[in-house]
Amino acid sequence: MKFRTIAELVEIAESEEMLISEVMIQAEMEATGKSREEIFNEMSSHLDVMEEAVKRGLSEDIRSRSGLTGGNARKIQQYLESDRPLLSGRYVLEAVARATATSEVNAAMGTIVATPTAGACGILPGCIFTAAERLNSDREAMVRGLFVAGAVGFVIANNAFISGAAGGCQAEVGSATAMAAAAVVEMAGGTASESAEALAIALKNLLGLVCDPVAGLVEAPCTKRNAMGAAIAMVAGDMALAGVKSVIPPDEVIEAMYRIGRDMPVSLKETALGGLAATPTGRELERKIFGESEI
Amino acid sequence: MKYRTVFDIIGPVMIGPSSSHTAGAARIGRTARALFGRKPKKAIITFYGSFAKTYRGHGTDVAIVGGLLDFDTFDQRISRSLDIAKEQGLEVTFRTSEEVLDHPNTARVYLEDDERSMEVVGISIGGGKIEITEWNGFDIKLTGNSPALFVLHRDRFGAIASVASVLAKYKINIGFMQVSRKEKGASALMIIETDQKVGEEIQAEVAQQPDITQVSAIF
Repeated sequence: MKFRTIAELVEIAESEEMLISEVMIQAEMEATGKSREEIFNEMSSHLDVMEEAVKRGLSEDIRSRSGLTGGNARKIQQYLESDRPLLSGRYVLEAVARATATSEVNAAMGTIVATPTAGACGILPGCIFTAAERLNSDREAMVRGLFVAGAVGFVIANNAFISGAAGGCQAEVGSATAMAAAAVVEMAGGTASESAEALAIALKNLLGLVCDPVAGLVEAPCTKRNAMGAAIAMVAGDMALAGVKSVIPPDEVIEAMYRIGRDMPVSLKETALGGLAATPTGRELERKIFGESEI
Repeated sequence: MKYRTVFDIIGPVMIGPSSSHTAGAARIGRTARALFGRKPKKAIITFYGSFAKTYRGHGTDVAIVGGLLDFDTFDQRISRSLDIAKEQGLEVTFRTSEEVLDHPNTARVYLEDDERSMEVVGISIGGGKIEITEWNGFDIKLTGNSPALFVLHRDRFGAIASVASVLAKYKINIGFMQVSRKEKGASALMIIETDQKVGEEIQAEVAQQPDITQVSAIF
């Protein structure tokens, strides 16, 4: 049940007639010697933590210490509940609201699950809870969604990278979006290869994204990139379910992400030296937050 | 494969805001504490690369000190760790270095108390995962995922075999092993990652073998 690439993952799922989530669960049982129940319960408890963070972000008045983020999830939620016509659509915006909620809780040093990182922690819960609502999924299907996401992240992490410092935001938000896209496809009843197409379509659209956080904080633009990651994952999922295929196969997209990340200058990899961090407003905010003497 | 389990990807459960700069830092601190074997009295922490540039905003400082106090990544006390360290008599100094190292998120942790001192270098490789790359001047590679035995010995024939036979006697399986030395014939280090925990009794028996100078274990 071992897989190193997305192609191998799909191959196992198809030849064994299994869901991707099942391949991941069995691989985990083999790698750790833990029982199915133990592994499933641990993942289920992670889903609880995610649910709690989404709730907090949508109901409480969250503010980060720096004051840079907080409150946007509730704004989006209120807009959703108003009778104004939505430009993008209810479920996309719900995913965006939930992703923003989680990301704002993270910025405020609240408790979250890193998926695959804390900087990108909003995307997967944003999509999983929204897909579950849309599809009337049960709890098991949601936990299975996390295993699908885990399988995709596992391949990306071992063949490329998942941290902004190593590969830019494409490695964080890009990976999380790919993971979420594959997960919602399985939740919607899609095949393993449709999940693979969804992750390729999602990741391709985030290639080259740099990590340039204002004042070096996981806040701006991170919470909004989580929001847009969730939107991209939902749309990529729909495209794959419609039968759209990525011209470049998933593993080659991951390989491209790796090469782009290696070529990316250090100033754009979580050092707060370039990009948005280096704009006049970015620098002004940095001075306000840390004071002149500390920079 | 750097990432071994699905929970390296979906996890850890942690206090925000950054898995590499907060959760990873907490784990470097906690692993250093485990290697030291008890609560230190003094800690000097040097940050490099992205850690050096952004540690204040990410709470890397409070996280690594939280780890030194043996707090896990999701422990709410992390946010107050600098005060707790003071209360518990742990004196902490932070430094930053401009030196460019292989990995952007690197921390050097020096710990001491009245009897001993230790220095480790840890890297945070993403998603909260870490590796210890240096221990008291020896180049090593330790993930902190499994129990590990640290054996300092004279660089002579038979030392490895004698330690391995003690472990075999107690039916302890070796998962991964590395040997590192500073120069031929001088002091050497073997790190043995095991499937089972190596208890104090077995550690003591290992310490009695010829040419073994120091034994410690984590987890």
